[in-house]
Amino acid sequence: MLQRKIRVLVAKPGLDGHDRGAKVVARAYRDAGMEVIYTGLHQTPEQIVEAALEEDVDVVGLSILSGAHNTLVPKVLDRLRAEGLDDVMVVVGGIIPEEDAIHLRQLGVAAVFGPGTPTQEIVDFTLGHVRER
Amino acid sequence: MTELAQAIRSGDRRALARAISLVESNSPLAPALLADLWPFTASARVIGLTGAPGVGKSTLVDRLARRYAEQGQRVGVLAIDPSSPFSGGALLGDRIRMDDPDPRVFIRSLATRGHLGGVNRALGGAIALMAGAGYGLVLVETVGAGQSEVEIMSHADLTVVVLMPGVGDDVQANKAGILEIGDLFVVNKADLPGSDLTVRQIRSMLGLLDKRLAQVPITKTVATEGVGIDALIQALDGFGRSPEELERQAARRRQQADRRLREALAELAVEEIRAGAGDDRWQEAITRIAARETDPERAARALLRPITKEA
Repeated sequence: MLQRKIRVLVAKPGLDGHDRGAKVVARAYRDAGMEVIYTGLHQTPEQIVEAALEEDVDVVGLSILSGAHNTLVPKVLDRLRAEGLDDVMVVVGGIIPEEDAIHLRQLGVAAVFGPGTPTQEIVDFTLGHVRER
Repeated sequence: MTELAQAIRSGDRRALARAISLVESNSPLAPALLADLWPFTASARVIGLTGAPGVGKSTLVDRLARRYAEQGQRVGVLAIDPSSPFSGGALLGDRIRMDDPDPRVFIRSLATRGHLGGVNRALGGAIALMAGAGYGLVLVETVGAGQSEVEIMSHADLTVVVLMPGVGDDVQANKAGILEIGDLFVVNKADLPGSDLTVRQIRSMLGLLDKRLAQVPITKTVATEGVGIDALIQALDGFGRSPEELERQAARRRQQADRRLREALAELAVEEIRAGAGDDRWQEAITRIAARETDPERAARALLRPITKEA
């Protein structure tokens, strides 16, 4: 019997120490039946991509509240591509101004979720857009 | 050899990651893959670490992996956490305590996916893949274990039981459980009061279990500070040198092979019998067992009969 599970890496790049949002989203993914790898605070883009590769994840969720999203997210996307992981879906959560969100989506981020987004909406989007394989 | 197996042999880390997923999800591609790599898995050393939640297993694994990698070894880490019995999802947090800057270290988190015994059903396959990929040392961290999560011993060459001070009563309670499977003991968080007492308690408990266990090494560590790691590595590397230990290890590998054979046989047999019976007979058997019209053993024998007759 085939028992495919969706695997998600939830990571916090950069220097801010506010991981409540990341934990809430990780929990919501878990309750939706996904396997969530949570890596903790202060992860570098290198560490995040290394973990995504080793864990063979379908989705990378980045939580950023420091305002450094315009530097950190492109670095993660570039490294994912360099490792041949361009089929991994990337979603971003945090305080991201709308024009930045548009820019990040143009770079390849599947969705940007701002404060107050219902977790069900995040789960539904992820389930609806994750790659088949 | 399949293309994926070749990629794994040549050191393609993404291929290894993908292959572990295939084995975990019981893919039809998995058996051929494992068969291809099986001949290359003999030389890898598998060390299991088990112990109650919160004793510091992840931190200890992290320190060991780093130290062995510094020595030039390629180290595979398999860290197991429980799946939720309700949603089937899992929150795998062992990586929080594992920093992974070294390309010689490959860390993979596994969820138990409903399997009891402290490990994951695909653990044997995942170990074989890492060994086949050239990781000479595979460290396996079990879920936070209590008294009966002893399955790690059927996968590891060497099992380390991790404890911490201040759990004297637990040592008592565990005497028939995981204490029995330890080839080596670690008292972590040894900077807390009572660590010497814990060492003495383990020592006397082992003596009560079996006189031969009186010599089992017990190492004190403070994993967060890196204290005692060298002593632990010395104890790990010293294990399996004496003729008795070598004999024990060879016997254990035979036991493990026996178990692998039984598992493979059981899985194949169920598939074969189910396919032979057809879905209608299978569902009918389930209905009748649930309604208490027959018992599981009798229903199983009825499904087996056509096969045993042929033979």
